[in-house]
Amino acid sequence: MNSTWSRFNITSIVLGFAFLYLPIVLLIVFSFNESKLVTVWGGFSTKWYVSLFHNQGLMDATWVTARVGVISATVATVLGTLAAITLTRYTRFRGRVLFSGMVFAPLVMPEVITGLSLLLLFVAVGLDRGFFTVALAHITFTMCFVAVVVQSRLVSFDRSLEEAAMDLGAPPVKTFFQITLPVILPAIISGWMLAFTLSLDDLVIASFTSGPGATTLPMKIYSQVRLGVTPEINAACTILIAVVAIGVIIASIANKRREIQRQLDEQAAQRG
Amino acid sequence: MTDIAATAAPSTETATLPARLVKGFVNRLVIIIPYLWLLFFFLIPFIIVFKISLSQTAISMPPYTPVLDFKDGVAGFLAGFRELNFDNYTWLTQDALYFNAYVTSLIIAAISTILTLIVGYPIAYGMARAPATIRPTLLMLVILPFWTSFLIRVYAWIGILKPEGLLNQVLLATGLISQPLVILNTYTAIFIGIVYSYLPFMVLPLYSSLEKMDYSLIEAAQDLGCPPTGAFWKITFPLSLPGVVAGCLLVFIPAVGEFVIPDLLGGSQTLMIGKTLWNEFFSNRDWPVSSAVAVILLLVLTIPIMFFQQAQAKAQEQGR
Repeated sequence: MNSTWSRFNITSIVLGFAFLYLPIVLLIVFSFNESKLVTVWGGFSTKWYVSLFHNQGLMDATWVTARVGVISATVATVLGTLAAITLTRYTRFRGRVLFSGMVFAPLVMPEVITGLSLLLLFVAVGLDRGFFTVALAHITFTMCFVAVVVQSRLVSFDRSLEEAAMDLGAPPVKTFFQITLPVILPAIISGWMLAFTLSLDDLVIASFTSGPGATTLPMKIYSQVRLGVTPEINAACTILIAVVAIGVIIASIANKRREIQRQLDEQAAQRG
Repeated sequence: MTDIAATAAPSTETATLPARLVKGFVNRLVIIIPYLWLLFFFLIPFIIVFKISLSQTAISMPPYTPVLDFKDGVAGFLAGFRELNFDNYTWLTQDALYFNAYVTSLIIAAISTILTLIVGYPIAYGMARAPATIRPTLLMLVILPFWTSFLIRVYAWIGILKPEGLLNQVLLATGLISQPLVILNTYTAIFIGIVYSYLPFMVLPLYSSLEKMDYSLIEAAQDLGCPPTGAFWKITFPLSLPGVVAGCLLVFIPAVGEFVIPDLLGGSQTLMIGKTLWNEFFSNRDWPVSSAVAVILLLVLTIPIMFFQQAQAKAQEQGR
C-alpha cells in the first residue's frame, strides 16, 4: 500500500489540510495578540478575553444562541429521527415522493429563501418574532440534516434483530426502545450535535426570523465584523471553536469506546 | 400436534390484536408528525412567498397589500384574484440589475465549483490511497472544520486577504511582490471563500467513491502499457463520476444563493442574488420584490435540485 501512496498524494493532503486549517489557526493566534491591530503581532495577551466577558451584549447573545441551539437541536433530533424511520421503513404511502422531497430539499436550499419564507409564514399567522420563531426555524432546517444522518445508519440496520424481539413477544414500541434505539443511538447523537452546531452557526435564517430582544451570537458577530475586524471578535470566535472542538472530540472518543466494547462483546459471544 | 396448534392459535391472536392496533397507530404517527411539520414549515411558507410576490408594496407593517384574502368570502376571493399582478416580475425584468445578479451568481457558483473540484480531487484521492489505518483520522480532519462556524471561517479570511493582511505581509517580506495585492472586495476573494467553505462537501463524496474503487484496474492498465495520466482519465475519473456529480451539486446549489461570503469578502461592488435579496428585504424593505427574487431563484435552482434529489435516491438505492 505504501508504494501506491506516492509523494504526490502526501503533498496534496498536506497542502489541502494546511489550506483548511491555517485560517483557523491564525484566527486563534491573533486572539491572543496584545496589539489592537489584528494583523500585527504585539506580544501575548489575554486582555481581549477579559473585555469579552464584560461585553454585556455579546454575553446576552451567547445565552440566546445556546438556548436556541439546545431546544432546536433536541426537537429536530426527535422529528428528524421520525422522518428517517419513515423514509427507510415505509416505502409505500401516499405522498412519499413529496415527503422525501421536503426532507432533502432544505439541505441544498439557499438560506435566504428558507429565511424569507419562514418569516413570511410567521407574519401571516401573526406570530411575534423573537426567540420562539428562531427556534422553530432552526428546528425546521436542521431536522432534515438529522434525518439524513440517522437514515444512513438505519439503512445498514439488521432488521432480523427487531423481528426476533417481536417473535419473542415484545410489543413494537418496546422493541423500538430496547433494540432499535440503542443500535442507532450513535447516529442520533451525531445528528443532535450536527443540528446544534448548525443552529449555533446560522446567521441568515436567524436574521430573517428573529425579532427585537433575540439577537443570536452570529448576528452580533456579523454586525461587529461589518464595522471592522477586532481582536475581541477573534477571542469570541476562538471560544466558539474550542467549545465545538471539545464536544466533537468527546463524542468521537465515546463513539470509539462503544465500538471497542461492541467488538469485545461480539468476540465474547462468539467464544461463549 | 394439531391439538397444540389449535389451542395456541387463539391465544396469540388475542395477544397481538391490541398490539397491532398500537402498532398501526404508532406507524401512522411516525409518518404524520414529521410530515405535517414539513408541510407547515417548509411547503406552506413557499406558497406564501409566491402569493406575496404577486401582491403590491405598501408602506405598512407588514409592508404589502394582502392578496387572496378569504375574509370577504368567495366574492372577496375572486375580487382579490383580479388584483393579482405580475408587476414585481416585470419590474425584475426591466431593471438590468436583477438579471445581472442572477447571471453573475450562476457564473460565480460554476467557476467556484470547478475550482473546488480541482482543489478537492487530489485531497480525496490522496486520502483514498492512504494506508487504511490512518484513513479514519484523515476523514475526521476533513470534517472537523465543518463543525466550526461558517461565519468564523469566512471572517478569518478577511484578516488574511486585506491589503495590510497576512498574505500581503508574507508576499512583501519574501519580495515576491512590491505592491500589496488587492484581493479583498473582489471576485477573487469570493472564489477563495467559496472554495474554502465548501471544500469538505466536495471531498467527502469524492472520497467515498474513490475509496470503493478497485485499484487493480489501474495496475492492469499500466501493465498493459497505459501511461499514468491516461489511466487516470480512462479509469479513475470515470469511476469516480458519481462522487464528482454529488460533490459539484453540493457546492453549486448553495453557492448560487450564498449571502455571507459575497457580503463579507466581496464588498459592496459585487453582485450576487443572495445579497440582492437580502438588501431588497432589509434595506429597501420591499417584501413583494424580494419574494419575487426568491421565486425566480428557486425556479433557477429547480433543475440542479432535482438532479440532487435523483442522486440522493440513487445513493439510497445503492445503500440498500
